[in-house]
Amino acid sequence: MAMAPVSVFDQVLDHSNRADPYPLYAELRRTPVSRADDGGFVVSTYAEIVALLHDPRLSSDPRNRSDREALAPDGATGPLPPSFIALDPPEHDRIRRLLTRHFGPPHNPDRVIRLLPEITEITGGLVDGLAGRDQVDLVDGFAYPLPVTVICRLLGVPREDEPRFRVWAGAVVEATDPATGDLATRRDRRTRALAELGEYLGGLADAHRRDPGDDILSGLATDAAADARGRLSRGELMINTALLLIAGHETTVNLIANGMLALLRHPDVAHRLARQPDLASRVVEEVLRHDPPVQFLGNRGALDEIEIAGTVIPRGAPVTLALAAGNRDPAHVADPDRFDPDRRYIEHLGFGGGVHYCFGAPLARIEAQIALTELVRRLRNPRLVADPPPYRPSPLLRGPRQLLVAVDGVAPAPPPPGGVRRAGDRSGVRPRPAAVRSTASR
Amino acid sequence: MRATGLDLASKRVLLADGEEVEFDRLLITTGARARPWPHPGEAALDGMFVLRGRDDADGLRRRLAAGPRRVLVIGAGFTGSEVASSCRGLGLPVTVAERGPAPLVGALGRTVGAVAADLHRDHGVDLRCDVTVTALEGDRAGRLRRAHLSDGTSLDVDVAVAALGGVRNVEWLVDSGLAAGPWGVACDTGSRAFTVDGMVCDDVFVAGDVARFPHPLYDFQFLALEHWSNAVAQGEIAAHNMISPQTERWPHLAVPSFWSTQFGIEIKSVGVPTFADEVVIAQGSVADRRFIAVYGCRGRVTAAVAFDQGKWLDFYQGLIERAAPFPPDFRRVDQPAARTMPAEIPDRPALVREATVMVTGHDPSARRARFVQAGR
Ligand code: HEM
Repeated sequence: MAMAPVSVFDQVLDHSNRADPYPLYAELRRTPVSRADDGGFVVSTYAEIVALLHDPRLSSDPRNRSDREALAPDGATGPLPPSFIALDPPEHDRIRRLLTRHFGPPHNPDRVIRLLPEITEITGGLVDGLAGRDQVDLVDGFAYPLPVTVICRLLGVPREDEPRFRVWAGAVVEATDPATGDLATRRDRRTRALAELGEYLGGLADAHRRDPGDDILSGLATDAAADARGRLSRGELMINTALLLIAGHETTVNLIANGMLALLRHPDVAHRLARQPDLASRVVEEVLRHDPPVQFLGNRGALDEIEIAGTVIPRGAPVTLALAAGNRDPAHVADPDRFDPDRRYIEHLGFGGGVHYCFGAPLARIEAQIALTELVRRLRNPRLVADPPPYRPSPLLRGPRQLLVAVDGVAPAPPPPGGVRRAGDRSGVRPRPAAVRSTASR
Repeated sequence: MRATGLDLASKRVLLADGEEVEFDRLLITTGARARPWPHPGEAALDGMFVLRGRDDADGLRRRLAAGPRRVLVIGAGFTGSEVASSCRGLGLPVTVAERGPAPLVGALGRTVGAVAADLHRDHGVDLRCDVTVTALEGDRAGRLRRAHLSDGTSLDVDVAVAALGGVRNVEWLVDSGLAAGPWGVACDTGSRAFTVDGMVCDDVFVAGDVARFPHPLYDFQFLALEHWSNAVAQGEIAAHNMISPQTERWPHLAVPSFWSTQFGIEIKSVGVPTFADEVVIAQGSVADRRFIAVYGCRGRVTAAVAFDQGKWLDFYQGLIERAAPFPPDFRRVDQPAARTMPAEIPDRPALVREATVMVTGHDPSARRARFVQAGR
């Protein structure tokens, strides 16, 4: 049987290349704008991705794509409206603004900072739990439960319900893997899982309305008349809190696991981080550049003809932005394949850019900084058991399924350097920002 | 130590204490200061402020914290508008007196300025346009008490902020032979100062608020950009050129940009909005106070101004750099049904005519430009 030639991007999607897609991404960059087997366009160089992230001719709404029939036949999106990640302004901006009221400035500027003591405590507890074994799985034992616990706390979702939403969240993530079925099948599974998750969250919001707490669901449920520019409908609340719940942990788990993998492969950096918590911010940014948890954005469509890097993308064409390829573009960063937190500027596309720039970036950064610092300070002589580790199947939300590490024990929680730890004083592991710029966040 | 003069021939800077400093290369960054209220007696009243440095800000803040009955802001440029916005944030009654037809007209034109006027009024500012302050009155102790306006009204005020723009610090260069005047110090895109004859000096450089340079994107018009981003970019160019041989020098070609936060809205601009004849709302909605206004001149994009939509501006900067056709003709997100409007850029407010230039001599070797100094 004659095999059709497989595009470089389609090889990236192939499971067998999950552990190290980077040589393929390098090949992809040789053609800054290339075609995938499904006819879509794949953009892989840094400058071009940044330009497109800020280009109003590119839409995130699947209804604007020529393959919309497969994505959503007759424009149907299931029982719930689209979430704001799949909407363009002005609807996108309206929903994002209403959600931000409960998550960041100007209405709630210290929301993430207020979580610091809890994140530190949860992290410490999880590391305590790793004690007493000479081999631990840092994914199931640490990288997964940490962001789940934090996002549950932030949203107001009972931690005990995790086995229920794990199934729905898992189904949504699985649907990003082309190996699990054709577009229509995956779309249906995704829609069904999101509807059930949304239903569950809608019920929780009702309960919180009667008995509100300091969490986002309570905030949204009691947001009587948020402001003159409206409030979320019930459907919008359901789908967007589902998005927050999933985006809040299915990505961060990979950031922590990818980060720990990099530190195990670079023990010199791990040793320095253990002594010098200030390094945490640089380490996390370099992980986001070198091995980003979200590898590409496959959700864009051209509203009009776009000429870029000598290629004309026609109106309606699906466009994929290969963030992981752009992050290692030698035209953007010297010696791109090297994991080097000391590089002068760490600029990356790990959180996307433009109006859809990651909503949870401040939270993800703090979680990963605290998590990695605590691990390198307390795991005694950690060694990678399998390199590369086995990977989760998704090519989009990419990270280890398991990270087995041999250890000589777990140190007790250390006091912060230069002082006694007082209640509420977490300065020992509290990361301070380093000189890190992100052009894409503008 | 203040510099009081420059001797180009002997390459020396004269200092206030009589000393002289020799130089190989000189960088002039004397900046600008706030234009004072023109009536010295009124300017000296307790309660009168300008806003430029940190001390000005500290003094004003203390006075605002004391809860004045009403604050008068004179001039609705960026500084005046931000002061008015902060005062409203503190719950203080504010009157803004603007001599032009709308706030920010000098920077954004009248059409977009009208939106800024709505912002003021929505936030409870008593905005008076086409109005000047005719007199300020103090009590016997020298404290500001009343303001009289050209619309015939008068107000009880305890605090007034004169936000009249800047004056460039060029007095020390009057006799230097450099092209220095109220417009600043003229220089080329490589930051090299011009002499009064319009010739470039190899060893004297200028950067920041005091510099005025020709921008190729804008018909080589000389621009003075009193913005943070320009000071940074031009400073970098000047520093590089001062230590580089002729052939390795760089031109300052950055697209101008600035931002201002007022009344809860982030206003960002790229390009030169006053270099325009038309403007169109390219994205968003003026009614919702979230939009991008794109400016065009003779069918080319020359500037874009965003109200709470700054994330798209890099794209529009690309259009400016490529001199893309105006109005934009592509399909895009959040595209309103919009028509082009006149930008209504006011005539440049005439600079105070402190100096003009005359040219003398006939023979090419003898032809020279000279300043005619007012009052000399
Ligand atoms: C390591 C962790 C994370 C990474 C790498 C990451 C990455 C990204 C990226 C690349 C985008 C852009 C999507 C697009 O342009 O289509 C995005 C958007 C988003 N992220 Fe994250 N994310 C992380 C953590 C989080 C967390 C913790 C939350 C929630 C608290 C979150 C919530 C969101 C939401 C709601 C959006 C959509 C924003 C919009 O469309 O305006 N993310 N994220």
